[in-house]
Amino acid sequence: MSDIVLKTENLTKHYGGVHALQEANFELRKGEHVAIMGDNGAGKSTFVRQITGVEQRTDGKIWFDGKEVNFAGPIEAREAGIETVFQNLALADDLDVPSNLFLGREKVLFNLGPFSILDRKAMRKATEAALIRTAVKIPNLSSTIRHMSGGQRQCVAIARTATFASKLIIMDEPTAALGVQETAQVENIIRTLKENGEPLILISHNMRQVFDLVDRIVVFRRGRIVANLRKQDTDGNDIVAYITGAKTGQAELQAA
Amino acid sequence: MSQTSHGIGGLSYDAKKRPWPAEFNVFLALVILVGAFELIGRVFLGDSFLFNTRENVAGIFNEQRLQIIILQVSIVGIIAIGVTQVIICGGIDLSSGSIVGATAMIAMSFAQVATVNGNPNPKAMFIAYGWTDLPVIVPLLVAVGCGLLAGLINGSLIAYTRIPPFIATLGMMVTARGIAKWWSKGQPISFPTDSFAAIGKGLMPVIIFISLAILFQLILSYTRYGKHCYAIGSNEDAARMSGIKIANHKVLVYVIAGILASIAAVVLSSKNLTAQAGMGVMYELDAIAMAVIGGVSLSGGRGSIIGTVIGSLIFGVIISGFTFLRLDAYYQEMVKGVIIVGAVVLDQWRQRRRAIGA
Repeated sequence: MSDIVLKTENLTKHYGGVHALQEANFELRKGEHVAIMGDNGAGKSTFVRQITGVEQRTDGKIWFDGKEVNFAGPIEAREAGIETVFQNLALADDLDVPSNLFLGREKVLFNLGPFSILDRKAMRKATEAALIRTAVKIPNLSSTIRHMSGGQRQCVAIARTATFASKLIIMDEPTAALGVQETAQVENIIRTLKENGEPLILISHNMRQVFDLVDRIVVFRRGRIVANLRKQDTDGNDIVAYITGAKTGQAELQAA
Repeated sequence: MSQTSHGIGGLSYDAKKRPWPAEFNVFLALVILVGAFELIGRVFLGDSFLFNTRENVAGIFNEQRLQIIILQVSIVGIIAIGVTQVIICGGIDLSSGSIVGATAMIAMSFAQVATVNGNPNPKAMFIAYGWTDLPVIVPLLVAVGCGLLAGLINGSLIAYTRIPPFIATLGMMVTARGIAKWWSKGQPISFPTDSFAAIGKGLMPVIIFISLAILFQLILSYTRYGKHCYAIGSNEDAARMSGIKIANHKVLVYVIAGILASIAAVVLSSKNLTAQAGMGVMYELDAIAMAVIGGVSLSGGRGSIIGTVIGSLIFGVIISGFTFLRLDAYYQEMVKGVIIVGAVVLDQWRQRRRAIGA
């Protein structure tokens, strides 16, 4: 139990009559990288939203870092150590890199409530350290996000998760809008996270990427987890079969 | 080494070639404008706009004109400091002019002398309660209270009912103007105490304007509040997901804008030694215009107080320049309108150019 970072039991979410997520049982161990795959509307993002507190689950239990948790909102989840890279890049375009990394949790010199004086030097230093840790290359920290390419923005978003002592990183299709080179860059960052032993949940549609990066693949279909397979026990065709419903093995679930 | 590897796609990136700060362009516009008036003055009037041409007065510059330029924009400038923060935060404030009117009336009635030329002061509304010759702190606190309350209502409406800032502050604009007229049944209130009259005397408006501008520029640049203003203005969803308490912040921004409008009301009524219900009409639009001319983006997230101050100087130079050229005041307004639209067009054009990487 001690090496389990995240565990869900019968996690269920209904939107009115729509059963978006049903009885999802999921486990993530320390240092493990797991991919979540599935068709659009299969329940991947719904699953993540329940874990990160963005929405409140209908039923089920969540354990994180050894404790049962009930996050009232994404802020609480983040404070507990779950960092999420959102699909729609939660970055402020008109701020520079350090400001974005520390958005909402700025380092301050003097605490004067809202008028607290920012510790810009410390934030800049911590930003540089985070960029080195994640091997993200940003030529100019002081330029605003507006002036950056999609890949650089995504890198900043990912570096943000590494700035803080996060215990779990969740990425929701981090390379969906990126070009080949930019995707490679983001994938390198993910490998760096793996080397650092940081657990990760990756939502992705990209089969090659998933097989390159993660240890285990969980497939969602129609709100249920239909497969939970170690990478070496499966292949692309197998996964596609689960995603499309050609294969519906509840038996395999027990095996993994 | 100016060329750095981009890291992605092997693109090179010239760290030295960064876009000019918007304030620099605004300052350039100010210089060009002053230059134009100087040139026209020399050619057509044989007089200088900027420099001292009188032999009986010392100094290189025409100091009187420079003082007038900044003095006449100081009071709206104080409002513009607040409006700038509201716009950076992605909002708009149409109520500041009316807040000036209402606050001026209410504060002035607490700043009345007891006797005028030996007779009881006819304007002192609260003479029956003995509320005359009060220390200056009383009308000041009353004024700040009015601005705070108006800002609190604006901010709460916007933050909690989620109605657009345009509508919320439009409502406040009409309501506050109504209060200004109702307060003394449309009568002007005069005869302030000497200590109240001292607030707006001479160059005091300029000193207050510049001090507040410096204070709020520092706050925007160096505090959490400032950082969150820009964050909310550039991506409200991102700010929310980052844990910024958007509602609280918005209320605070509108409260600050309201208080600044009330300070402007005190300075204005003190300077004029009277308060009238019609005070501050159109000030909200002038303040917005100063901010926009100063490079504050109406879509939020970009701009600075420095820019707004330069924008207000452009305003002052235009008014003084037209007087200098002995042109009718009507032209001022026409040209002001053109300049406001021009500033926004320029801003848009700059954005597009930057977006395509030119």
